[in-house]
Amino acid sequence: MSATFLGTPAFPTAARTALADTQLRRNLAHATGTIRAKRAAVVGEVDEWERLRLAGAALKDRTLRHLDTYLAQLEESLTRAGATVHWARDAAEANRIVVDVARRHGTDEVVKVKSMATQEIGLNEALEAAGIHAWETDLAELIVQLGDDLPSHILVPAIHRNRSEVREIFLREMGRYGKAAPRDLTDTPAELAAAARAHLREKFLRAKVAVSGANFAVAETGTLAVVESEGNGRMCLTLPEVLVSVVGIEKLVPTWADLDVFLQLLPRSSTGERMNPYTSMWTGVTPGDGPQEVHVVLLDNGRTDVLADEVGRQALRCIRCSACLNVCPVYERTGGHSYGSVYPGPIGAILTPMLRGVGHDTQLDSLPYASSLCGACFEVCPVRIDIPEVLVHLRTKVVDAHRGEPKVQNLAMKAASWAFADARRTAAAERISGAVGKVLRGTKRRAPGGRGVLGALPGPAAAWSDARDVPVPAQESFRAWWARTDGGRTEQQNGNGGAK
Amino acid sequence: MSAREEILGRVRTALRDVPAVETPADVAVDRPGPRPTTRDDAADVVELFAERVADYKATVVRCTPEDLPTHLASALDGVPRLLVPADLPEDLRPADAILDEQLTTAELDTVDGVLTTAALGIADTGTIVLDHGPGQGRRAATLVPDRHVCVVRADQVVADVASAVARLDPARPLTWISGPSATSDIELDRVEGVHGPRTLIVLLVG
Repeated sequence: MSATFLGTPAFPTAARTALADTQLRRNLAHATGTIRAKRAAVVGEVDEWERLRLAGAALKDRTLRHLDTYLAQLEESLTRAGATVHWARDAAEANRIVVDVARRHGTDEVVKVKSMATQEIGLNEALEAAGIHAWETDLAELIVQLGDDLPSHILVPAIHRNRSEVREIFLREMGRYGKAAPRDLTDTPAELAAAARAHLREKFLRAKVAVSGANFAVAETGTLAVVESEGNGRMCLTLPEVLVSVVGIEKLVPTWADLDVFLQLLPRSSTGERMNPYTSMWTGVTPGDGPQEVHVVLLDNGRTDVLADEVGRQALRCIRCSACLNVCPVYERTGGHSYGSVYPGPIGAILTPMLRGVGHDTQLDSLPYASSLCGACFEVCPVRIDIPEVLVHLRTKVVDAHRGEPKVQNLAMKAASWAFADARRTAAAERISGAVGKVLRGTKRRAPGGRGVLGALPGPAAAWSDARDVPVPAQESFRAWWARTDGGRTEQQNGNGGAK
Repeated sequence: MSAREEILGRVRTALRDVPAVETPADVAVDRPGPRPTTRDDAADVVELFAERVADYKATVVRCTPEDLPTHLASALDGVPRLLVPADLPEDLRPADAILDEQLTTAELDTVDGVLTTAALGIADTGTIVLDHGPGQGRRAATLVPDRHVCVVRADQVVADVASAVARLDPARPLTWISGPSATSDIELDRVEGVHGPRTLIVLLVG
């Protein structure tokens, strides 16, 4: 159970494969359509939704612009409440901290609450390498893990699977890792959920150590919050003796009172519910109730690089609701795997390249282009991240990073720059172009409007003409026409295609 | 350099564009405040709470203090082994209930239901909140058993999330419950009942 996004091809190639999968497209269209309608209905109930969005964005900006202060305050609050605070510069350091805690308790298994941060750092693989099983307990994560598959959505990672695929995975795999699925299991979601309940219960009751993320961390009080639906979160956060929470440094909110804004924004944007079934909040250790040893790992792993980008910084407001995925015309058709990252969709297209840096990896550099810039993501974002703005900003960075490389486009631009820098050279270029136009004037293919167009260009230029019509060059340039006709004054009125 | 120092250093470097004199309060935040319940709309708020809790497939029973025992008995019908927090008010506690005196997790798994009170209810979202104070039990007690019967007084219901946050104490562990456990992970088809109690009955008194 160690599938990885490593080796995912650049987005256009991966997208082509996904687009050819009709089952995947059916599953995605059904799922995203359903959740879009639910979200729209519950957002419509809130009169002051726009004011809430503005408040959410402003609170996150306040946090991010003073993050050093709030991080220090969170550490102090957590420590006072009996938690142990760890800091992790990168994935390897965070993984080492979690592995050490598990080892210290002599356990060979941990139960996990669905967490994007732990997926980002590859914690399950690190634990497996240390001989510790990491049991995913969210239903969709369980489907992904048992199917040796990759998550394809932030909220519903198994969105690409339909019920009969889930049934097959459960029947085939559950018995290998614990309580087997009943042999007469059907594909009704209620029965599949019951099979997961039975399979996971023995693990919940037995586990000594749990690993979670956090949706929010309150600097003022040291309170962590996890929102969920199934109760697997509550099981992990309550039953084991030891709890380790891996928390990205952007998850902070300044005060307890600030949580109310986010508890209104998140569920309606995410699952399209007024409130998710369960929200757990805990502040360090509570004697006699829940884990008596509580660890919090504050994770950087590229976040400070995102923070340093004044345009891209807003991506750290993200509360991982996934509303932008569900409205995105590109995501709806290509699914999450094409993005080659645990963060798919529009938010992934900006967050992933910023977390890992642009200019050194073709796949990462392709992500800012995985968008039509239609802006639907910005409209639904509960914390008003202007994703199109950041996409364009990142495209600039990608282009800048590759400036000067011997690419066909660069060579063509260099040649054009040389020709246009001098009037005589320009005139010569125009004469050549006009001659080519004369030779090709009989071409049969016509663009709308009647102008002749060429077919595919030869050699490396073919990539450009694949998706574009190349017009036949004009037989006479504008400058030549102007000189010949004295700006049109001496041109014959019955001329063919001339000025009036 | 420790990881702590290095990360805080990176944060400060990243924020070079933020003027040194800027304070958090300089980043203006305008937010909708709590919606206080007036004497006039108190009944509407309670009615909305009942509707919204039921919307999420919990069973809501409205009753007076006088007929609470009758409704309690029927809510607990079919629960042979009932767990109650040791400090549940005596008048709510059925004679044969098992007191939760730090039962082990395995023992918790053998009871069929649990009866508690709540800290407050939120009308807008149909949520009950437990702060695990007196009568509400520790967190595991309302999680492992398959049926949760919760007694909420009408005067505990607030209008909205902001009012709830204002009333709650973050030093306590908090569990917000909106309907029985559920999942939409398979084709986004909502199924009630996964790991938490599959049946939630709210007795709304007054």
